[in-house]
Order: sequence, then structure tokens, then C-alpha cells
Amino acid sequence: MTVELERTDTLWLEDSPEGVFVEEEVEVAGVGGPVVLDEPEPPAVDPDVPFRPSAFGPSDRLEMLLAAVSGLAFAWALCLVMDWSHPLTFAIWAIVWFVAGIYVTARARTSKVVAMDRLVTTLIWLSGAFAVAVLGWMIVFVLLEGIGGLVDDLPRGQWVARIGAVALMVAVAVGVRWRSGRREAAGSGTVVTRLLPKVVGSACAVGALVVLLPVINTEFFTADIAEVGPLDEGGGIYHALIGTLEQITIATIISVPIAILTAIYLHEIKGRLAVPVRFIVDAMSGLPSIVAGLIVFTVWVNAGRGFSGASAGVALAIIMIPIVTRTAEEILRTIDDGLRESALALGAPQWRAVVQVVLPTARAGLITASILGVARAIGETAPVLLTAFGSAVTNYNPFSAPQADLPLFIWGLLREPNEAQIARAWSAAVVLLLLVLVLFITARVIGERGARQRTGR
Amino acid sequence: MPEAPAPDGVPIEDVPRPIVQSRTFGDRVFRSISAGAAATCLLIMFTTGVFLTWKAFPAISATGPVEFLTGDTWQPDDEAFGVGGLLINTIMIALTALVVGVPVALGLALFINEYSPAKLRPLLTGGVDLLAAIPSLIFGMWGLYALSEPLSGVAEWMASHLNAIPLFRLTEPDVSLTRSTFIAGFVVAIMITPVITSVSRDVMAQVPRVQCEGALGLGGSRWGMIRDVVLPFGKSGIVGSILLGFGRALGETIAVVLVIDLVFQPNLNILEQGSGSISALIATKFGEAQGLEINGLIAAGLALFIMTLIVNLIARAIVNRSKLTG
Repeated sequence: MTVELERTDTLWLEDSPEGVFVEEEVEVAGVGGPVVLDEPEPPAVDPDVPFRPSAFGPSDRLEMLLAAVSGLAFAWALCLVMDWSHPLTFAIWAIVWFVAGIYVTARARTSKVVAMDRLVTTLIWLSGAFAVAVLGWMIVFVLLEGIGGLVDDLPRGQWVARIGAVALMVAVAVGVRWRSGRREAAGSGTVVTRLLPKVVGSACAVGALVVLLPVINTEFFTADIAEVGPLDEGGGIYHALIGTLEQITIATIISVPIAILTAIYLHEIKGRLAVPVRFIVDAMSGLPSIVAGLIVFTVWVNAGRGFSGASAGVALAIIMIPIVTRTAEEILRTIDDGLRESALALGAPQWRAVVQVVLPTARAGLITASILGVARAIGETAPVLLTAFGSAVTNYNPFSAPQADLPLFIWGLLREPNEAQIARAWSAAVVLLLLVLVLFITARVIGERGARQRTGR
Repeated sequence: MPEAPAPDGVPIEDVPRPIVQSRTFGDRVFRSISAGAAATCLLIMFTTGVFLTWKAFPAISATGPVEFLTGDTWQPDDEAFGVGGLLINTIMIALTALVVGVPVALGLALFINEYSPAKLRPLLTGGVDLLAAIPSLIFGMWGLYALSEPLSGVAEWMASHLNAIPLFRLTEPDVSLTRSTFIAGFVVAIMITPVITSVSRDVMAQVPRVQCEGALGLGGSRWGMIRDVVLPFGKSGIVGSILLGFGRALGETIAVVLVIDLVFQPNLNILEQGSGSISALIATKFGEAQGLEINGLIAAGLALFIMTLIVNLIARAIVNRSKLTG
């Protein structure tokens, strides 16, 4: 199909072999008269989304509802008769009866093939729900166990008021964003719809901080536990935060350059060592974390140099290198070969093509790779146990003497048979979990923004 | 930009030509720096193997290699280091984890690829990656405080109803059912799920869509399509991903240490208290180890290193081959 292009027009370009279509403004300047270009048919549906016929009608929905009700009733009756009281027992029997019910009704109403399909569909949905439930259960469980130590003791009314205020602000921010987004999408966007969500969003963020910051238990973040007896109140994770910060910094400084250069070697240079190196990086990514600690312990700590934060940094770097290398190589693979070839065609030597064209394009992705590596390393306990050993006092010097960090702090307290220490461990676990979550979400946001820039969307 | 049409209106095909270029000085420096970084990775693994072997040697020679691999006593004072029982317990934990984790992981992979609404898909892949990023320590704490109690109830039920299976029998009636291989295996199962899911999902996503549409077009049900197109295509990749999960489960440390009681004898009654793994041994004994016992722990680490290395390399070879042929 051919079209006539005016001075500017919109045109569909096939961008990648997967068939992602990119809309692009094309300037056809200095051409006398209309230009004739071949144009691929714009796709009617996104080719990435396979067509799936829905064979799920109202009667199926009714069947599913009936199976669920009968499952619950059966499990309830069974538990009553057999005198079982555990919720897990109830859940297992309810699910078994529900799945069986779905199969039997579908078998009776239709055919064996359809019934089998229905059965598998149910099982697969259940496994998806199971995974989501487990992840949610774990996060909520940790938060509930540990949040008490992170905040001051306040009367219940105060809590309700503060949490209500934050919820209200979040609702307002989301609402404004959603409305403006809808107006933008409808084409009636103005300066107001563009700026308002940002203004309201930042105002709400500041407001939430003002409401929540004063209730945080500052002692927990600014004290160590050197002087605190096992049964005392107070004490905190300051020494562990310092240790984590220093060890992770050392690990990042060592591992990120090595990992990114290795990724460049594997994907840009493709030298003679590429095959063995890829093999070894694969092997490294499966290396048990305790072995990474053990090797640093053998070569460094046990060879007369003693426990230190820096040796923990090296052990964490061994864990980070394969993670960052693999992610970085994936990112380099997404960069269009046209970019590299254009740079080379302009006469740039390979190093300039990589440094000035490939790396800036991949920047967001490489940052994502590094942050993901940090998120993985920050929670590792086994390797730092063998290298930093842990300590109750604040040790600012990472190059001598044992040092604490967050996982080691938790690990040390968990082995003590006393409620106060366990409660401290849970609070520290909340801090660790939040750190990992924040790092993970930051990595995702940066990565997605970068991917959008790379594909020009 | 679109390429200019050839005279007959057929677009010129976009094939990159091989580039012949003399290397500048800067290029040579750049290439050697990158090669140096890549060689560092080789060096790290090489050093690991050599140093662990070197330092493990005194302990292994004191005990005797056969006794080291088959014995189940750990008496540093008598220079007896046997990890045979621990090896069996390690493998039992990993196998339990696979039995529990593989169905969920593969179900999740199929759910994300074939069943979930398109809008949910990025959220679910994000969730799987997040599950992989959560520290093993937190899994262990959760397993110990949240999972142990309900699971020991399940174990009790299995011991009384399924004791036709030798694995689920108890040696004596009143034995404690917490801190067992079964519970450790359950926690590890959740930890290896993201590995198995993401690798097998990648492989199964490479099934030619045309074949899937064809299967559906011939009137097959969705399960029929998965059974006859997706699973045969992804077979070796799935096997590889399971092996990768197995390797991960063998080396899991902190979560296991928190959940079990370390015993050196092989314990095949998986519901009973008392289990063990090599990495748990190292993490537990390391604090007070002296002299030759340190070498003994390094020897145990070497055994773990070799075992996981073999499993991982086989798994990677299978996965990579399935990606190439796919």
C-alpha cells in the first residue's frame, strides 16, 4: 500500500523483529512535491497479545460459584464432624472439594476434554493465587511483627487520626492524577491538568512526612546496642546501618565496574574468552552465597588479616558480579545495532562507539542492573557472617576489626532466647525489607523509564 | 528512517556488512581493560577452587576421603569429619523443596504466560522478581515464626494418614515434628520458585505463537495446546530450570539454619525433628571452630561447591541449548 506524504506525516515503522510498531514524526524537508513511500499496514491489534478465545460463559460462572460454595460447606461439615480446628486443614479440604466439583460438573455437562481444560485452568489459577498470597502473607507478617519497635508508643486514637490523614492524602493525590490523566487522554489537557497532579502529589508527600515523621522511634536509628543489656529497653541499629552502608559501598565499587566491563566484553567485543567467561559467570550466579563468604574467609580473613567490613564487601562483590553482568548484558542486547554501526560508520573507533553511544543509551538499564545487584547483596547473611563476623559496637573503620550490618544484627539477636531481642530483630527485619523494596522499586522505575526512552515511546 | 526503495519498488534488505577496521591504540587499551575484567571472573572461580582444595586437604587427609564423604560423625577432637549424613540431608531438603515448589513454579509460569489478563502480567513478573530479591534471612524468620506451627499440623496429619509411605513414618510416636526436613523443604521451595518460574517462563515464551494459534484453531482446548505444543517445546528448558532450582536449594543457608535442628546422621523420616545441610553446618559451627575444624568446615564447603557447580553447569547447558534450538 502506498501513501502520499505531505511535509510532515505520521508513519508506521517496524522497529524490531518482535513487531513492535513505533509511531514517529517524519520530516520530509526540501523535497519538491509529495513523496511516495512504502508503508506497512498499521496493525489492527497489538501483535504481542495473542488472541485467546474466551470459553467462559454465565453458566460456567454459576458452576464455579456452586463448586466454591459446596467446597466451603463440605470443608465446614468435615471439620465439624472430625473435630478439626486448624484453618489450614479447612482450606485444604475446601480447595480439594472445589477443584473436584469443577471437574465433575464440567464432565457431566460437557465433555472430557473441556472438563480437563477447566480442571487445569483452575489449578493454574490456584498456583498463581498461592504465589501471590504467600508473598503478601510474608510481607504483611514481617511488617506486623516488627513495626511496633520502629514507632513511638501512642494512644490508639492518635494512630487512627494519623493513618487516616495519610490515607486521605494518598486518595486525593491518586484521584487528582487519575482525573487529569483522563482529561489528557481525552485531548482536553491544559497547563492545569499537567501541573496539578505534580503539585498536589508533592504537597501530599510532604504532608504525609509531616504526619508520620514525628512518630518514628528515632533512638532505634541513632543508637547501637553496645551498652544495652538483653532485657533492657532501647538500643538501635545505628552500628548495623553504618556497617551495611560501608560494606555495600565497597562491594558496589568493586563489582559494578568489573561486571559492566565483563558485559561489554561479552556483548560488544565478543573476544576469544567470551565462551569460557559466560560459562563461568553462569557458574558464579549459582554459587551458594556461603561459599562466597568461605573463599574470602580462606584467602583473606583466616590468612592472618582478621574480620573486617572490607572483606565482607569483597564477598558481597562476588555475589553481585554475576547478577549485574547478566542484567547488563541483557540491556546491551536491547540496544539497536544501527546505533553502533552509525557510530562506526562515522569513523569512530570501537571504544568511542561504546563509551559515547552505547553506554549513554544503556545508562538507565545499567543503573537498574547495579541497583538490583545491591538489593540482592544487602540482605545476604551467610557471606558477611564469615567475613565481617558482626559486632555490638559502632565500628566506622571497614578495614579493621569485626563490623556489624543489618542481616548480621538480626542473625545475632535471633539466636538469643529472649523476647525483647527477638522483637528488636523483627524491627530490624522491617528496615531491611523496606530497604530491599525501595531499592527494587527504584530499579524498576528507572529501568522502565530508560526502556521507554530507548524505544522512543 | 525507512530505506530508499530499490528501482523495482522492493525494499533493500537490511543486512549489516562485516566491518574491517584496523584497531587504534585506544581500541587496544579498551579491549584489554574489558578482557581484564572478564578474566577477573575466571580468576575468582579458579581461586575459589584452588584455595578451598588446598585448605581442605589437611582435614580430608586426617579423616580419609571415603570416611569424609560417607561418615556421619563430626568430632574435631578426634579429627573425624564426616559429612555423608549431611550430604543426604541436604539432598533430602532440596528434593522436598522441588516436590513442593516445582508444581507451583511451573503453574505460575504457565499462568503468567497463558492465563493471566495482559494488564496483570508485568505486575506478576515484577512480583516473581521481588520474591527472588527478598533476603533469605527474612524467609527463614517467616518460616520459623509463621510457617512452622501450621506445617507441623500438616506433618502430624501426614504421619497419621500417609504412613504407608516410608518417608512419612515416625521412629517413635511422641517425636517432635517441628524443625524438620519437611518444614525446611517448604521454606526453600518458596525461595526457589522464582528461579524456576522465570527461567521456564522465558523458555516457554519462545514457543512459536503460530503453532499455539494453530492448535487452538484446530479446536484444541487451552490445556490441549499447552500439553501438545508448549510443554513439548519447552521440555528441556523446564528440566534445566528445575535443575537450577535444585542447585539453588542445595546451597541455601540461612533460611535452613533458622528452621532446622542440625543433626549429622542421615534422617530419612522427613517429618521428624532433626535435619541438616552442609551450609547449615558451616554457618553453625563456624563461630567456635578452632584449628583443624576450620579446615574441616572448608572441606565441607568444597564438597558443596563441587556439588552445586556440577548441578548448575548441567542445568545451564540444558537451558542454553533449549534456547538455541528454540
